Amino acid sequence: MMGRLLKRDLAQFFPFAGGGAGLPVLFFVAVAMLYPFAVGPDADTLSRTGGGVVWIAALLAAILPLDRLVARDIELGHFDQLRLRGVSEEAMMAVRMAAHWISFGPPLIIAAFPAAALLQLDGPTLHLVLIGLLAGTPGLAAIGLMIAALTASLRAGAALSGLMLIPLALPILIFGAGALARQDQASIGFVAAISLGLIAMAPFAAGAAVRAAR
Amino acid sequence: MCCPCSRFSLTQHSMQVPECPALFARDLACRRGDRLLFRRLTLELAAGDACHLTGANGIGKTTLIRTMAGLTDPYAGEVGHTGTIALLDERTGLDPELPLGRALDFWFALDGAQETNALLERLRLRDLAQVPVRYLSTGQKKRAALARLIGQGANIWLLDEPLSGLDTASQALVSELVAQHCGQGGTALIASHQPLDLPRLKSVALEEYAAPLEQLP
Repeated sequence: MMGRLLKRDLAQFFPFAGGGAGLPVLFFVAVAMLYPFAVGPDADTLSRTGGGVVWIAALLAAILPLDRLVARDIELGHFDQLRLRGVSEEAMMAVRMAAHWISFGPPLIIAAFPAAALLQLDGPTLHLVLIGLLAGTPGLAAIGLMIAALTASLRAGAALSGLMLIPLALPILIFGAGALARQDQASIGFVAAISLGLIAMAPFAAGAAVRAAR
Repeated sequence: MCCPCSRFSLTQHSMQVPECPALFARDLACRRGDRLLFRRLTLELAAGDACHLTGANGIGKTTLIRTMAGLTDPYAGEVGHTGTIALLDERTGLDPELPLGRALDFWFALDGAQETNALLERLRLRDLAQVPVRYLSTGQKKRAALARLIGQGANIWLLDEPLSGLDTASQALVSELVAQHCGQGGTALIASHQPLDLPRLKSVALEEYAAPLEQLP
């Protein structure tokens, strides 16, 4: 049953499955493309600051899918129907979190290659950006899911969720981008730890929010 | 949530099994926001029963149905059921972007529904299988939701305004389907403003339990 739910959720959220789900990745590349236009093509400046730009772009791209992540299925009655079939809200949210991460984490990591080329990042920096994103995007997905569930029944939920995600994602950004400044992998361990904590917490928090929204 | 007398009948299976309600509410009170909608509602439906729930707009029919389904908690009293519950309300639960056939197949696969082609034929949905759900009319969506409901194979049907938006032929079909469901030992609770043409139809008028207009503490 969980497999069927995951398949259905992925069909909803995976990039280019329709419904604008590919937009976060395009947005991510667009930010990386805009940055050299804004600060100038100086290779030294770009490669020094580019890693941080990739992180900011990833964080902003994580906001985009939030408005359709939970609210739509509450409106459709999808979660109610699953509840009647004995699926707990926590299980629904765990599946939703997995689908959300699969549909924006790995595509973002792949899109980091063209972004790195545009920003003239060198090999070691790109390496740190990639493992940093691998450790950080699950945490971003977990925060995003909790916020999407909390704001699902609000009128201005989409705008609010963006504002709420930014401060909560700060620890991931600080440790993830901090690894670039010092060129060492140690703080990426912190990113992974934060992500794991958030992943463990998110299905319960989001599940409670979906129950309260009924 | 489970019926307490199912345990009772297990311990005394040599005796006659006591009549166990498929769906019951005892001394139920429900609220919406900070307003009490109705109170002291007691309702017992056995297998084979169909019950027509009537009442003016806003009196709490939908809240009662959702409480019976276990989706919202009662303010006071208790509800319970034996078996499985299927719910039909104004939301189809079908993905609007998908063609109708595939949107229904998701639920049919989840529920392990049998003979789905005959079901679609009966609800006149076969020709619509390729049409995305969001292009369907109100009545067609209602019929699609009915297909999802029947495919679930639950013994208790909770129907919230099943006739709204349907043409005369489809309204007759709904009565026929409910009668067949109850004839096979199913239970149905139907909130509707339209009269229902069903044999042995029980009726609950929610006005009799309406709470005076006062705010809760």
